Amino acid sequence: MNKTTCALLTLALSLPTAAHAQTLSGGSIRVGVLTDLSGVYSELSGQGSVKAAQLAAEDFMKANKAYAGKISVSGVDHQNKADVAGNKAAEMIDRQGVDMLVDLPTSSAALSAAAVAKGKKIPVMVVTGGTTALTNESCNKYTFHYAYDNYMLANGTGTAVTKRGGSSWYIIYPNYAFGQDLNRQMTAAVQENGGKLAAPSDATPFPNTDFSSYLLKAQSLKPKIFGTMQAGNDLVNVVKQYNEFGLKKQGVGLGIGLLFETDVAALGQDAFAGAIATVPWFWNFDARSRQWAAKFEKAFGKKPTWAQAGVYSATLTYLNAVARAKTDDGDAVVKALEGATFDDMFARHATIRAQDHRVLLDVHTVQVKAKADAKETGDLFTRLSTIPAAKAFMPLSESKCRM
Amino acid sequence: MNTQLLLIQVFNGLVNGAFYALLSLGLAVIFGMLRIVNFAHGALYMLGAFTAFALGQALGLGFWPSLVIAPVLVGLLGAVLERTLLSRLYGLEPSYNLLLTFGLTLLTQDLVKQVMLSRFAVSSAPYSPPEVLSGVVNLGFVVFPKYRLFVIALSLVICVLTWFVIEKTRVGAIIRASTENPGVTRAFGIDVGKWVTGVFAVGVGLAGLAGVLAAPIYSVEPYMGAELIITTFAVVVIGGLGSILGSVVTGFAVGVLAAVGAALYPPVANTLVFVLMFVVLLVRPSGLFGLPEGAR
Repeated sequence: MNKTTCALLTLALSLPTAAHAQTLSGGSIRVGVLTDLSGVYSELSGQGSVKAAQLAAEDFMKANKAYAGKISVSGVDHQNKADVAGNKAAEMIDRQGVDMLVDLPTSSAALSAAAVAKGKKIPVMVVTGGTTALTNESCNKYTFHYAYDNYMLANGTGTAVTKRGGSSWYIIYPNYAFGQDLNRQMTAAVQENGGKLAAPSDATPFPNTDFSSYLLKAQSLKPKIFGTMQAGNDLVNVVKQYNEFGLKKQGVGLGIGLLFETDVAALGQDAFAGAIATVPWFWNFDARSRQWAAKFEKAFGKKPTWAQAGVYSATLTYLNAVARAKTDDGDAVVKALEGATFDDMFARHATIRAQDHRVLLDVHTVQVKAKADAKETGDLFTRLSTIPAAKAFMPLSESKCRM
Repeated sequence: MNTQLLLIQVFNGLVNGAFYALLSLGLAVIFGMLRIVNFAHGALYMLGAFTAFALGQALGLGFWPSLVIAPVLVGLLGAVLERTLLSRLYGLEPSYNLLLTFGLTLLTQDLVKQVMLSRFAVSSAPYSPPEVLSGVVNLGFVVFPKYRLFVIALSLVICVLTWFVIEKTRVGAIIRASTENPGVTRAFGIDVGKWVTGVFAVGVGLAGLAGVLAAPIYSVEPYMGAELIITTFAVVVIGGLGSILGSVVTGFAVGVLAAVGAALYPPVANTLVFVLMFVVLLVRPSGLFGLPEGAR
């Protein structure tokens, strides 16, 4: 066999492989980032999430030449409203031919979009929505829960704070699905670790700007920890007023349910200093996360939040599953995702649990640094411990998921 | 709940009451004199807070200069709005000025959001109280932030001052006359249009002042006025549309009611004011301090 024949043979053998590499609907993979582009969560997800998904698509195409030029990413605003999220999800799938949805801040919006996508057999990777309902009573074959959830937050923070001497708590929570769920989980975590509640938790109106009544109550109760399950702007107001009333000096520590980097930026690092929270990722965790964060910052102009890093990772995980399934057909991709194990710059020691679609990964309990202790810009957290993937999330035995 | 805790909450309620009073005072002045339902009041309150923040960022101005400059700037903006837009709607149905001011609200909120995100790279900004007023003071029955005490005191002074000017001075007499019967007042050689603009500017300036006062307590963000304005309208209605005394007394009362409610049973805290409104309107349709239509 001479050289030419050899080359021709190789070419002939490789041709069908290339042609069969992908059976993609509409000839391409369309990634839909359904997010908050205008409201309270637009800073922590929003355009940054769209950019993160684009980076994932680019990186994937570089590594898998067969897909070069065949992936597109679009971002749509769901305004944190459940009805809008459902409508937009349907529109993206039917009109734009989107093959998957990712991000989904706001629990109610995530649940609504997930229900729509289920009917259309389109995989959904929820990164920024927190409710555990997604992998419990509302679980479905096409929905995957990435990055974090309320159980993981409560389990991480409740345990860490209680074990570090936070023996008595007074908790307030915003009175809607997310807050009620997080309060339940946090209370259970505190009690399991030998802590107690100084008074029953209080449900506060949502949204709310003035928390003075609860801070005065905390002043008279003198718990070790004032636990706040508020998120976003409400959290910023709580912490601002916690400082204003001088509770730290009166010996009342701060326990935070859900914390994003943008909340710390909104109020200044010192207002949060000493507070303990649980996060799935932070940009200066190690060399791999740093490297990616630098790339993101170059592309977007700002450091990534953990939600945005999660969107990158979730998008990449989805695309890798498409490559394994050799198609973007929903059922086939779901099959390729179930049980997959992987490890990337965001998700460490990760497994996708087949039974309830919870994505298990290592998470970290962190303490917010004082400004004076920051070694560089955006250096916010001291890592207290890492909770291994297998222990960080709700065990399967407790899950109410019937898929 | 024991009596001491109740007392503490009553006291604490005065802080929010101060904001309600200042805001509804401006609304009452504007409505009482000009018959304008100013839906943009909440946005102008936010603009007061944002101006203070922006002055601090751009010019390094601290709280005290901002406390004077920001309300003046907001007042001037109010004068421009009245001259260029609102004045065209006098004589038309009130729903027109409601729509206009509501539109202005949406416009202002989004504009401020754009500026904050592009210029300051935040959508919610911190603002600190001045050095002398930071920290807490032990009042014996409660440890309370100094700044909040200052807010109660200053707003009381402003309320009394406004009431005094309108009820007891010549300026007040002219304003009252201009709105009661513009034709006759004009016949006395008084430029009614100018007075109307002035009153609107002052009313709006009061909202700006409330905004600056609020900045160190709440974070400065584009939608900070949206929630507050609803309660404030309820306060104005309970107090009696256009009644200055009514809006001030009701403002403080509603603040106290909400604080006590929040301590006793938090989920109803924000609803209490509307329950109160319901009851008052059933018993006295013109509000607590309002005069019946015929008696004006």
